[in-house]
Amino acid sequence: MTTSPPHHATSAPTGHGQRAGHPAIEFVGVRKDYLSHGESVPAVKSLDLAIGQGEFFSLLGPSGCGKTTTMRMIAGFEEPTEGKVYLDGQDVTDVAPNKRDVNMVFQSYALFPHLNVLQNVSFGLERKKVSKAEIRRRVGEILEIVSLTGMEKRQPKEMSGGQQQRVALARALVNHPRALLLDEPLGALDLKLRQQMQVELKRIQREVNITFVYVTHDQGEALTMSDRIAVMNGGNIEQLGSPRAIYERPASRFVAGFIGTSNILDGQVSWVENGLGVIDLGSGERVLAPLPATVQAGRNIEVSVRPEKIDLHRTAPHAPGLSVVSGTVSEVVYHGTSTNYTVATTAGSDFVVFDQNAHDAEDVASRGERVFLTWAPQHSYPIGV
Amino acid sequence: MTTTLERPATTPAKAPRKKFGGVQLMHVYTWLIILWLVLPIFVMILFGFNNPSGRYNQTWQGFTLKWYTQLFALDDLTSALILSLVIAIASSVISAALGTGIGYALGRYRFRGSGSLNLIMFATMSSPELVMGASLLTLFVSLGIGLGPMTITIAHVMFSISFVATVVRARVLTLDRSIEEAAADLGANGWTTFWKVTFPIIVPAVLSGFMLAFALSVDDFVVTNFTAGTSVTFPLWIWGATRVGLPPQVNVMGTLIFAAGILIAVVTNLRSRPKKTAD
Repeated sequence: MTTSPPHHATSAPTGHGQRAGHPAIEFVGVRKDYLSHGESVPAVKSLDLAIGQGEFFSLLGPSGCGKTTTMRMIAGFEEPTEGKVYLDGQDVTDVAPNKRDVNMVFQSYALFPHLNVLQNVSFGLERKKVSKAEIRRRVGEILEIVSLTGMEKRQPKEMSGGQQQRVALARALVNHPRALLLDEPLGALDLKLRQQMQVELKRIQREVNITFVYVTHDQGEALTMSDRIAVMNGGNIEQLGSPRAIYERPASRFVAGFIGTSNILDGQVSWVENGLGVIDLGSGERVLAPLPATVQAGRNIEVSVRPEKIDLHRTAPHAPGLSVVSGTVSEVVYHGTSTNYTVATTAGSDFVVFDQNAHDAEDVASRGERVFLTWAPQHSYPIGV
Repeated sequence: MTTTLERPATTPAKAPRKKFGGVQLMHVYTWLIILWLVLPIFVMILFGFNNPSGRYNQTWQGFTLKWYTQLFALDDLTSALILSLVIAIASSVISAALGTGIGYALGRYRFRGSGSLNLIMFATMSSPELVMGASLLTLFVSLGIGLGPMTITIAHVMFSISFVATVVRARVLTLDRSIEEAAADLGANGWTTFWKVTFPIIVPAVLSGFMLAFALSVDDFVVTNFTAGTSVTFPLWIWGATRVGLPPQVNVMGTLIFAAGILIAVVTNLRSRPKKTAD
């Protein structure tokens, strides 16, 4: 059974995991089709992915992008139509869920309603025939980590959503799995509790040093917690990288739009010189962006600019080294820490600008006013170059 | 002219109508319905305490407790009751076991023939007992199976199993599937998952199916009459006795069975009352 996976898949950074050398989880050429009304519909199209030991890895995407199917293939609840799944270098493609050394935290928590906290958390260890004394020790230890000490005799229905969530976490972690799979675990909690649990989860992950695979459609959650993120769309991974890389350098228009807010400009490359390109927007305005010399003049290109990188001016600025785009303010929304402007640009698209309310007690511009937007060349990110 | 004269007359008439409004009417209606439902039971209980001079227990002639002390004085009646209870227990245990399996399968999986199985279940529940009894009699006779307690039990299992399956299926349909996945994820195989997780969760449905089967069996007359041969169950004995006069012991037994049913209902209601939840 210990066939080694061919290592042409994206290699993963190896943390201080249990078994160095192999990625904790690896997908090689995996496809998954579902039968729907007699037709096979692909849920995951072509997946090559390696998740490193001890990594906090997020699968991020809109509903129906294949992220949950991907996770369920790790747990063994779905069988790939094609390809192989490896855990710690071992082929587990045909291994039943109850024989796999991974555990899952379900979206609905899926606690056993007829068992108390202690019985719920001991369930996995009892199946492995761990001795009573050892079970008591490990359950006590894990309940302390998730801050539920003293709640052993409680029934799940007597607990709040946040507490149930911790029970589900403890029930999975107590088995010391090779990887912990979390399926939108914070979805049912309110905002404040969700933010608390994000910090908690990260702490717990550091403490137990287990690979976490986290499925979410919430980009904020993925950005704050993950070591790496795979952004999925339509059954494919659109981009794989660190939160910063994904936010700052979106690989596709989809990623740019899905992660945070992006302003996207369509233009044509005028010329490239010393790694800096000049892009003609067609409105007589030009944008500067870092471009490799291999990009030919005349090529159509999309440029993404994040709203917080843009400065807003009421008078035409004298800024030779910056990109300048003009427009008319169509919306001003005050958010406390920042003010968000929507600007209808001359180049055609709507621009969103976040202006930190650091100094000004008053808005920089009001609705209907003509404004100029500037940003530094390194903040123009050409997509797909 | 007439309309202006009538107006003051209608206004005061409105006030008492409001006083005796829809709500009061609903109360009266509800109590009438309840009275109508419990009246036969009340009469049954009352005549268990009657002291009739002749063999007909039909007019009130004085209070006595002697039928309670002489409950098992009629040997035929006692053995008929015992036979009924034995058949009821056997058939409801068998239908609970088999019906739970069917109900779970129907609730959990879509399989070839699950649609027709559903249809057959509802058909057995809705088909007239006369038809079922007559066809069972034909079946047993043509197979050469001697009629008796065994054939009664088989017949009772046949019609109760659908009730158990329907109740269990309804419960399984509302059961969060990920609970069973969680058990598998934690290392439980199919057998352990069923007995440690699924069954304890659906056990209230299994029990109510069991009780339904028990109640259906213990008072069944039509199907039993076709399949009994020379055996006499409690309902068959009572049917036979009505021609010569019902002894008050029948009322007493009926009262006790009713009391047991009430007791079970109260206990289950108290036990299933939800405890207070956390904030």
